[in-house]
Amino acid sequence: MKVKTLFLTLSLFFAINSFAEETHSNTEGERNVRSEYSDFKNHHLLDNHSFKLFKYETEEKTKYVSFPLPIILWDNGIQMFLSSKFYFGKKEAEHNGNFYKLYHNKIYKTNELGVINYDENHKILNEKPLDFSITKNVVLILICLILMIVIFGKMAKSYKNNSLPSGLGRFLEPIVLYIRDDIARPNIGEKHYKKYMSFLLTVFFFIWFVNLFGLTPLGSNVTNNIAVTASLAVLTYIITTFTANKNYWGHIFWMPGVPGPMKIILAPIELLGTIIKPFSLMIRLYANMTAGHVVLMSILGLIFIFKNWIGGTLSFGLAFSLSLLELLVCVLQAYIFTMLSALYFGAAVEEHDHENH
Amino acid sequence: MEIPKIIGGGLVVIGAGIGIGRIGGSALEAMARQPELTGKIQTVMLIAAALIEGIGFAALFAL
Repeated sequence: MKVKTLFLTLSLFFAINSFAEETHSNTEGERNVRSEYSDFKNHHLLDNHSFKLFKYETEEKTKYVSFPLPIILWDNGIQMFLSSKFYFGKKEAEHNGNFYKLYHNKIYKTNELGVINYDENHKILNEKPLDFSITKNVVLILICLILMIVIFGKMAKSYKNNSLPSGLGRFLEPIVLYIRDDIARPNIGEKHYKKYMSFLLTVFFFIWFVNLFGLTPLGSNVTNNIAVTASLAVLTYIITTFTANKNYWGHIFWMPGVPGPMKIILAPIELLGTIIKPFSLMIRLYANMTAGHVVLMSILGLIFIFKNWIGGTLSFGLAFSLSLLELLVCVLQAYIFTMLSALYFGAAVEEHDHENH
Repeated sequence: MEIPKIIGGGLVVIGAGIGIGRIGGSALEAMARQPELTGKIQTVMLIAAALIEGIGFAALFAL
């Protein structure tokens, strides 16, 4: 019930606006459908300044139903306005005497005519204000945050009265226990695993939920944004670096048990390794989810290429089975991220018996 | 400059594919021999596959 009210308030908070746009002429035939679908696919993979739900066509116009999202810019002070002022990048927006234009999903400062200037290398010369906007990805991260607080807060409260979980907790308790007993304990060690549990659980459920949102028709793709995965990987890096004991640093800068000159060669390689580890975490999550989305969208695009019942059936069957595979990939990527994070934490707090070397 | 790059990327992806295939095959054999160790073998298999996959993706992004 609570979740329902939450969604209701959220949708009331953002008034639904519908924007109108002139239709493209459909005279160019198949070429047009292909390029339109390719545009649609590329747009789906990008972050957006408005939350587009669906579009429909009336006799003269194509109408979009979408939520406008707040734009927050740092340009001699904070500038705040709604993205509906841009009309999907068709118009420049005026705010406090400044003019801004949305061009390929980036906001530029322009004059009152909204002109974008280029230099001879086709680089944009316009000034770019710092963009702190609440974009589509940020909204989905916030929804995921609220969902997690509600679900896990309720779950934690239900343990106060009796030790048996109730409701959704019955489904989530085995997963929490699995992360504790099969990921954290064997990889980090009995002595230290407790202080890393909160991070591991949060990161697992965050990635999983956000990936599952990506499979809904909302058109969200939070982990398809490399900045999101980068910040997750940076958190792993920071925790590894700041909780590491002296053995960890000893193994990086002065590897025990190898000859002297070798130690000097190994030190920079090992130091580089500490950065490559979170880097590979970032790339893995980002690339896996993006690849999944691209393949799924391309298979759906077969409908528009074949334009007959064979293509439609084929596309539907393939997309359905691939979606099931994606459900598995969602949880697998969350598992691998958590697992490898636990492995790196384990390496940071490992204690060695140097007499036995 | 384009063609050697593409061929190199393709070779890396082929290598990564063979590597992940071998990991999966060996894990299957090991699990068939010792079914009681399935859980442990699966974990190690997934980690190794994820590490190789990272190299494959790095090659794709270098293109």
